[in-house]
Amino acid sequence: MSGMNGTDPGIVKFDNVGLRYGLEKEVLSDISFTLFPGQFYFLTGASGAGKTSLLRLLYLAQRPSRGAIHMFDNDVIAAPRETLPAFRRRIGVVFQNFRLVDHLSAYDNIALPLRVAGVSEGELAEPVTDMLDWVGLAQRADARPASLSGGEQQRVAIARAVISRPEILVADEPTGNVDAEMAIKLIRLFQALNRLGTTVLVATHDMQLLRKVPDSLLMRLDKGRLSDPTGVLRYPPRRED
Amino acid sequence: MERPPVIRPASKRGLAPFRGRRAASLLPRTRLAGPMPWVMAIMVALTVLAGGAALSLDNVAQTARGELAAAATVQILSPDPERRTAQALQVATMLREQTDVSQVRIVPRQEVADLLEPWLGSASGGNVVPLPALIDVVLSREADASAVARLRAKIVEIAPDARIDAQSEWLEPVLAAISTLRWMAVGLILLLGFTAAAAVWLAARHALGINRDTLEIVHLLGGSDAQIARVFQRSIMIDAVAGGVAGLVLGAAALTLMARQFSALDSGMISAGGLSGTDWAILALLPLCAVAIAVYTARMTVLSSLRRIL
Repeated sequence: MSGMNGTDPGIVKFDNVGLRYGLEKEVLSDISFTLFPGQFYFLTGASGAGKTSLLRLLYLAQRPSRGAIHMFDNDVIAAPRETLPAFRRRIGVVFQNFRLVDHLSAYDNIALPLRVAGVSEGELAEPVTDMLDWVGLAQRADARPASLSGGEQQRVAIARAVISRPEILVADEPTGNVDAEMAIKLIRLFQALNRLGTTVLVATHDMQLLRKVPDSLLMRLDKGRLSDPTGVLRYPPRRED
Repeated sequence: MERPPVIRPASKRGLAPFRGRRAASLLPRTRLAGPMPWVMAIMVALTVLAGGAALSLDNVAQTARGELAAAATVQILSPDPERRTAQALQVATMLREQTDVSQVRIVPRQEVADLLEPWLGSASGGNVVPLPALIDVVLSREADASAVARLRAKIVEIAPDARIDAQSEWLEPVLAAISTLRWMAVGLILLLGFTAAAAVWLAARHALGINRDTLEIVHLLGGSDAQIARVFQRSIMIDAVAGGVAGLVLGAAALTLMARQFSALDSGMISAGGLSGTDWAILALLPLCAVAIAVYTARMTVLSSLRRIL
């Protein structure tokens, strides 16, 4: 539980964050929490509770309507627009619906973050091949997403999210489209990354998954608010009993 | 599958540009199947035609101004042939002494008769119709009203019934018409430039729309606006170059064909409108300008659209 002693500023800090789309009422209200490096978090909540909106704020796809967000010791709300890509490269994202690029092969989808980061073709071949092997898709390197099963697409999405060794991995319902056996395998992958120091946050409504990661910490959203904003989440979060 | 491969964090590798063929592969290519190259080809062909017309008219105007505007014709109209000849000689002598006159030539009687033959027939060669004595004068500068007035004053002292016609007097409206046509051609080129930019704007927005999901993914993976814009620039540039080359070939072929047909007319003024090597070089630059406009428009369109995403 390093980093949870109250002196570590945390890798991510939300302070009174609110989010509304247009003139609608807030989908997220008064969100305050801190994520500490190297921890494994679950974000739970019913459908429509605001999990995906919270994750979008986390992976910098959305600006909040109010409040402050600090990441990697920087105020990302006040940060100039041109500095945001550098922050995004430190965050890996597994999207709920995979969001693979349809006309690119599994290999090219996984290589995409490295290419965006300017890694040469010669330098990226080995890590991409290793990553394909790691997720068990070495034989499907040239396959396009349309010809992959849901589980295979999910694994490509995970490989793409982690290949650049992000400091934070955010996964939105990563087991929603796979069977129970594959779900366990995916969670094992996240744990392996977490052991290497990556902070992992998995949004899920599958409470069974929580039991698979004994050292994980829990955040719960209810109608756009964290259920225990003062006790559990503003301060070092604790495991749900 | 338990232990992930050890990979150096990409964020520590530096931010080298995402460019080239691999970057371009982000957009599914429908090159040459889409309308963009054809639109560019038509625009460039029309621009080359308009540019060729503008340059040709400019050449006509330059030649006319250089050769004709400084010319004047003096007619000695005395009915007495001997007196007319004497006055012509005196006027020519006087004109040669003027500092602003560079050439003086008494037109031989036979040449005058040949000039009038289409109107007067064989009567122009005999003594049936009295022919005026003509003197061609070339001034050292354009024959403006004050120069013509000064010469007229000196000529009528010698030959009171003489007339002086400056070419510039009838040439001025012709040159004004040519100038108007030339500016219309330039305006047409500008309009075509705007139209090409508008076509690229529409194409870029369309491409952004159909590739929005891919671009959002690249954005969220840490792609910068400049990187994404470069992907579109490259795509549009390839289309614009293909269209530009085709348009240049089409436009140049049409200009060459027109030049052949006009030269067959064997008219002095029209033949002066031929295009020089420099003119062709200028026309060859037009596709490059079109490509530059296309790339710049695509960049600005993409950047402005991306700013609306976070």
